[in-house]
Amino acid sequence: MDIGLAHYLAVAAILFTIGVFGIFVNRKNIIVILMSIELILLAVNINLVAFSVYLGNVVGQIFAMFVLTVAAAEAAVGLAILVTFFRNRGDISVDDASMMKG
Amino acid sequence: MGLQAIAFYLLAIVTIAAGFAVVSARNPVHSVLFLIAAFFSAAGLFVLMGAEFLAMLLVVVYVGAVAVLFLFVVMMLDVDFAALRQGFARYLPIGGLIAGGLAMEMVIVSYTVATTGAAKLNDTPLASGAHAATGVTNAEAIGRVLYTNYVYFFQAAGMVLLVAMIGAIVLTLRHKPSVRRQVIADQVARTRRGGMRVVSLKPGEGVSE
Repeated sequence: MDIGLAHYLAVAAILFTIGVFGIFVNRKNIIVILMSIELILLAVNINLVAFSVYLGNVVGQIFAMFVLTVAAAEAAVGLAILVTFFRNRGDISVDDASMMKG
Repeated sequence: MGLQAIAFYLLAIVTIAAGFAVVSARNPVHSVLFLIAAFFSAAGLFVLMGAEFLAMLLVVVYVGAVAVLFLFVVMMLDVDFAALRQGFARYLPIGGLIAGGLAMEMVIVSYTVATTGAAKLNDTPLASGAHAATGVTNAEAIGRVLYTNYVYFFQAAGMVLLVAMIGAIVLTLRHKPSVRRQVIADQVARTRRGGMRVVSLKPGEGVSE
């Protein structure tokens, strides 16, 4: 059987749920949470590219490129916040990150 | 089963296995390395679909920049990662349940859409070399649309990256008082009057401050 749209959508769906699962089980480790978000965005990109190729419309790939841009910016700012948080607290536990609530 | 199917299944299995290893690895450094593997094989999937430009972009941006940034941060922070894994077993059942349900639903929906939905009508396999019919390469097709219809969005994306860059610098920059920096203005403004003084000494006595 030929590899069609459904195969790529299934891969993307499984990758997306792996990302959601990663956020659930690594609740304390914010680095792995950020990596899970990257996995989720990668799954979204696979979906966009699959539909773009399937429909013969290149706009989906352009949108995937913008998703890539935003993901890179998010990773940079998120890791910068993480480094600042680590300098202030000496730890990166998510449970301690509620110090701003006063 | 053609060569394309073999390549697809290989890349898909590697992508999913590496993605699962990212979230389940004990050491975050291993997680980052598995993330790189997942991105590489996803780029392979993109090539298989005929989106070469985006595949190369994925390798350059994710593997070259984002994953290396992750690696830097993970190795820079001196954290007891074993303590951060507490609760892994506790959240495993609920997380597995939700993720399993979600995956099942999404796979069923995408299979239904692709086989019986509106997408059923043109049942062409996703093949590389789709541009061969039109004679336009993937990068050229993207460029033609991106630099005309989407040029403002392109510039907005550049602005997003600029703001992220400035934000990351502002967040992590710190001025330690112990670090002496060169101040060019002070050096240029220094005169002989402020920099030295003439002291008259008697013979046999040293200089006492």
